[in-house]
Amino acid sequence: MSYELRAKYKTQILSVSREKILAAAKQNKPALVPLPEVTAFTFAANDLLAAFTAAINKAGGAVMLLNGIQKLAQQIQEVYPDAKRIANLIDGDTAANKELLNEVALLDVVVLKGQLGVAENGAVWLTDKDCVERVLPFITQHLILLIEKQTLVGNMHQAYAVMGKQNPDYGVFIAGPSKTADIEQSLVIGAHGPRSLQVFIVEQL
Amino acid sequence: MNTHNITHPEAATEFLKNKERVQWHDETLWFVRHKRDKIVNEIPEWEQLRELASQIKDHTLSRLDEYLQEFEAAAISNGVTVHWASDAAEHNRIVHNILAKHGAQKIVKSKSMLTEECHLNEYLETQGIEVVDTDLGERIVQLNKEMPSHIVLPAIHIKKEEVGEIFHQHLGTEKGASDPLYLALAAREHLRQKFLAADIAITGVNFAVAETGAIVVCTNEGNADLGAHLAKVHIACMGIEKLIPRTEHLSVFLRLLARNATGQNITAYSSHFRKPAEGSEMHIVIVDNGRTTQLGREAFRNSLKCIRCGACLNTCPVYRRSGGHSYHNATAGPIGAILAPNLDMRKNADLPFASTLCGSCTDVCPVKIDIHNQLYQWRQVLTQEGYVPAAKTASMKVMAGVLSSPARYSFAGKWARKFLRWFPGLAMNKKLNPWARQRELPEPPKESFREWYKKNSREL
Amino acid sequence: MRVALFIPCYVDQFYPKVAIATLKLLQHLGLPVEYPMQQTCCGQPMANGGFEHLTGSCNSNFIKAFTGYDYIVSPSGSCVLHVKDHLHDHKQEDAATAVRSRVYELCEFLTDVVKVDSIKASFPRKVALHQGCHGQRGLRLASSSEVVASPFSKPVQLLKMVAGLELVDLDRPDECCGFGGTFCVTEEAVSSAMGLSRIDDYTKHAATVVTGTDVSCLMHQEGLIKRKKLPLEVMHISEVLVSGL
Repeated sequence: MSYELRAKYKTQILSVSREKILAAAKQNKPALVPLPEVTAFTFAANDLLAAFTAAINKAGGAVMLLNGIQKLAQQIQEVYPDAKRIANLIDGDTAANKELLNEVALLDVVVLKGQLGVAENGAVWLTDKDCVERVLPFITQHLILLIEKQTLVGNMHQAYAVMGKQNPDYGVFIAGPSKTADIEQSLVIGAHGPRSLQVFIVEQL
Repeated sequence: MNTHNITHPEAATEFLKNKERVQWHDETLWFVRHKRDKIVNEIPEWEQLRELASQIKDHTLSRLDEYLQEFEAAAISNGVTVHWASDAAEHNRIVHNILAKHGAQKIVKSKSMLTEECHLNEYLETQGIEVVDTDLGERIVQLNKEMPSHIVLPAIHIKKEEVGEIFHQHLGTEKGASDPLYLALAAREHLRQKFLAADIAITGVNFAVAETGAIVVCTNEGNADLGAHLAKVHIACMGIEKLIPRTEHLSVFLRLLARNATGQNITAYSSHFRKPAEGSEMHIVIVDNGRTTQLGREAFRNSLKCIRCGACLNTCPVYRRSGGHSYHNATAGPIGAILAPNLDMRKNADLPFASTLCGSCTDVCPVKIDIHNQLYQWRQVLTQEGYVPAAKTASMKVMAGVLSSPARYSFAGKWARKFLRWFPGLAMNKKLNPWARQRELPEPPKESFREWYKKNSREL
Repeated sequence: MRVALFIPCYVDQFYPKVAIATLKLLQHLGLPVEYPMQQTCCGQPMANGGFEHLTGSCNSNFIKAFTGYDYIVSPSGSCVLHVKDHLHDHKQEDAATAVRSRVYELCEFLTDVVKVDSIKASFPRKVALHQGCHGQRGLRLASSSEVVASPFSKPVQLLKMVAGLELVDLDRPDECCGFGGTFCVTEEAVSSAMGLSRIDDYTKHAATVVTGTDVSCLMHQEGLIKRKKLPLEVMHISEVLVSGL
């Protein structure tokens, strides 16, 4: 069989299964059940910052309030005094960052800006653009996320409402450092990804 | 690894021989259930969320063929290659073809119950390809040549000393070391090398959004992301039931999933993959493997609403005391017991009977699957289809005959009291009588209530 | 008002004292109670074992025995749940529906229909309550710990009326005891292990009596307690509620 023929044959096999599955699903599905409206649940606590901080702490992360980002580099160093390879992708030196990103596996600290924070669970939303490179918030030994206080929302319904039809190529909610409890349910922070998460919250950038 | 010949009661009896371990297993999983109770009680609208999630899934199933096509079209326009697999074998072949096309040798995989269901690792091994499971629990059971014993906590049946021994043999950790922190860090170093070297990453899918073609993967370790972002090719494997209609519905499910699974507010990472990164490839394999059949079984279709949180395992008093492997199926516990017979009635006929029908699974389910009712219904189907022992059928027929006639019942009752052979299986000999192995039989009274009532009712 | 006593077959044969206590309690509350002699078994042992298709004659006999009564009351949540969920007869579905809608577990009958607000009983003991799962989660005699809702319990409501009775708190208030019908013999090892955990919870909290809404659960636990020769007395809730009357 020629390559083309084989390829054609394969496609046909695939489409056979596709047709089979779709036909079976159509045949076997129940009568239409209406789709409910998602209730606009509000978040009970008034102090979003306090709730967000408590949630991050519970997940093993830390929160720090900054007056502004004028002294960001210094504050990063204060939180991670031993860190050498710090990719500060907020106001760091572009050339230095470029060099650092050539060896992502060696990064000690990555500093990124998140779009919003969710008070109920401490999750911070970033898209692929915010991550600069998708792997950065995962490969780094320590992660710092900076968010503006005014971006805090109560719960996930509000978060998705704000993100709206943003529809990024990739997006992630990050709520704490990487962790596992797979050995006897003992919590270990720093499974594969960051060993710590520091959230910086500024009033306004 | 293959325990198909051993029935649930036999495997459970074996598991229960190690009293200390059983107690630990029971208490640890109960602790997870307790953490879950605490955190869900912080959400006043919890029951409304369950109802919403249930209705969204019910709706999705009622338009499943349409949502699958909507999802496929969106995914294709996102630059994703979509594949369709009717069964496990086809799924495995599709994945293998992608690996072969890229000449990939180094494969990392994050948690996917679907690939466990399809026995992908074993299949690829026969093709000479090694897959490295990167979820810590899955890596432990993989190195120990076992199946996961729990959907969310794959190595919950293994003690830290045993993990220490496994890691000593395979990762060269210190002999006798059993500190979870030490062992987890050793795994971190080991697996980071695997991530950095991987050609292709395989992940599961928690939710697939029909309107955008995006898939959402939830992990605490970050292993799905490390794999998918570092490798050039990402293959995501999903059952057809993972669909939800719109992005906004994620808000409902992400509020439920981690809280119900492990008592966390949300997993550390909830990643939304829509388009491959520049220069990378993304494939989605959509798998049926019996799901459309289950969709057609009215009594069982809503088992397809399952979001694999594992709470019904944690809460199940039978699961906690029999261990995940006693279910001889990729998915253990109550949910496994209603999914497995759909795949193979003969092999899994024992599972719906591995329950007291206490109903805790149904009450804990975040999408309101009536699990214990389905266990009851499966019992009826399995009986009708002839998958229960003939002796049981015979004794049940006798019992039904006796219990439906007042005269036969009164007569038999007298003899039963005399010999205490009331229930089937209650033989006189204590050794042969499973009731009497650890329990005394009730003291037989000298007369039944009806006899007493006949004598005394006039004076009452 | 005609009240029929529905006594599960194994209670009739092995625990007549529970049936007598139930009868006595209802009569004490001034209710006209009858015991229809036609009754045998509700069919649950067959149905839960996968043989619901063999319960047809049990069902028609049950309907025959209990048709015409306003209330059908039973000291078993499990058997009541079975009747409520599975009693059907295609030849007389209306009669079956009437029976299904009139059947009550004893505690719910007392709290919801009779609306008992005091009981003269006295029982100065430390009591652990085992709420049978079918009664609790099936009939909703009590809230279950999985569900987010304000807690309630009809059996507790009644036990609180008993003078001197001290109800102990359990670590796992609504864990199944492992009886489960034929499960107790087909899965003997798990069944016994579950029962023993339950009993540990009672003794840990210094209960001297264990009571419950289902004799089947209690029979299983009593068997384990007796084998271990533990100082725990097992009584159905009806026996506790008539103590000292």
